[in-house]
Amino acid sequence: MSSVKEVLGNLGLLDYFAEKRTCKKCGAELPYPAFRNNNMVCPSCGAYQRMNAEERISLVVDKDTFIETNANMESKNIIGFPEYSAKLKKAKKDSSLKEAVVCGTGEIGGQKCALFIMDSSFMMGSMGTVVGEKITRLFEMATENNLPVVGFTTSGGARMQEGIYSLMQMAKVSGAVHRHSESGNLYIAVLTDPTTGGITASFAMQGDITIAEPKALIGFAGQRVIEQTTGEKLPKGFQRAEFMLEHGFVDIIEERKRLKYTLTRLLELHSR
Amino acid sequence: MYNEKSSYEKVKAARSNDRPMGGFYIRNMIDDFIELHGDRRFGDDGAIVSGVGYLDGIPVTVIAMERGDSIEERMRRNFGCPSPEGYRKALRLMKQAEKFSRPIICFIGSSGANCGIDAEKRGQGEAIAENLVEMMGIKAPIVSVVVGEGGSGGALALGVCDTAIMLEDAVYSVISPEGCASILWKDSAKAPEAADALKLTAGDLYNFGIVEYVIEEKDRTAEEICSALKKCIKKEIAKKQALTIDELLDGRYNKFRKIGNCE
Repeated sequence: MSSVKEVLGNLGLLDYFAEKRTCKKCGAELPYPAFRNNNMVCPSCGAYQRMNAEERISLVVDKDTFIETNANMESKNIIGFPEYSAKLKKAKKDSSLKEAVVCGTGEIGGQKCALFIMDSSFMMGSMGTVVGEKITRLFEMATENNLPVVGFTTSGGARMQEGIYSLMQMAKVSGAVHRHSESGNLYIAVLTDPTTGGITASFAMQGDITIAEPKALIGFAGQRVIEQTTGEKLPKGFQRAEFMLEHGFVDIIEERKRLKYTLTRLLELHSR
Repeated sequence: MYNEKSSYEKVKAARSNDRPMGGFYIRNMIDDFIELHGDRRFGDDGAIVSGVGYLDGIPVTVIAMERGDSIEERMRRNFGCPSPEGYRKALRLMKQAEKFSRPIICFIGSSGANCGIDAEKRGQGEAIAENLVEMMGIKAPIVSVVVGEGGSGGALALGVCDTAIMLEDAVYSVISPEGCASILWKDSAKAPEAADALKLTAGDLYNFGIVEYVIEEKDRTAEEICSALKKCIKKEIAKKQALTIDELLDGRYNKFRKIGNCE
């Protein structure tokens, strides 16, 4: 009889089970599958861990239906910003991604849609020209094909290493969102931890329906900047999903285990 | 064409206490200006002055960031940093302009959107986001002029336009040089290096094709600059008014669509 270790080894899954993860809230150190099989929610304390694009896709998109678009688009050091080329190289290596957003089409509960999934493991999900371009193309494709867009945001904001080009991506994507909206198609924005700065000030807040994950940080100005600028103490729960719901900027706070179900119902209700 | 100031000297010039802001251009460019107040939702933001008037006989809607002169006025205007209700007032007046087919002129000059607890509570991000998406569809010509510091998303919220103009010493940036230096190099004293790296001058933005015109400032008085700017705005409005609405909106879409096009 072979040991569990041998079986896993033969299946190429040894690393998967050997990899440990530490809960960012309670510090519990558990094997990766313990998190993965629990929707990346800590089995010990229930804290939501940030999901990467692959984990997010497997959470909400029907198995084997996701087809990635513009997968090979890569950023260049467009304004010759110091150290940016090296940072990009490192981000690619560390995240195994080419940029901070994955776009494509897929089905959610059998409903075909266009999807963008931001990934904070690539330079904090910041938006430069490639992120802006990929999301713009996705909305344009969705407009052309009359598809709803479901987008997952997580980002520190615009990417300063691309200067004014990054800022202008906010307007560029907004144009594509506008056309998609004018064509009568649905856009559901799902705000995940953290969604801040220029992303909040553009497509994160332009959905027909805005869903947030529990306790996700959602805001425009950074907390430290607000404290330093105003000298005021931030109220408890400031800029969290629950705070945003209370102040009228989020439609629904949905738990991960119910997210796919809720998205499916909303997509079905809007199917045309 | 461009003067010899370094990037950071331009940042300082753009912020300078005696640099004219939106109110100056309204007084010197717009006849019979009538200020219209309030967003009809929450309040009236002093950091945005808006209203209607004539540009050489053409009725126009004007929306301008203004920081004020005296310390009392500056407090009242929150040093020119608009709050959500300011952006919502701006959008209300843009929709009004659309209804009456009036061209819109926006003057931008602010270190950025109001950064505070109340602004967040009232949806600073949502207010800017709404302007970006709605301005893409406003069926009236929009000319935006960066006259001072174009500070990030708070500036862009009046910057979705058909024609973008910058004054020679104005700057327009995704982040302040100080903010950039303190995040990247943990040292806000390196702001001059950050200002160079960010490529935020009018000349830089003109070379990138992000602004269409730069108004020279060197050896000119504020009144002369204003008069050159007025000429440029008038010409652009006339050009845009000759277009059909579809041509106008396609042009606006494509102006931003082409920025940072990738392979």
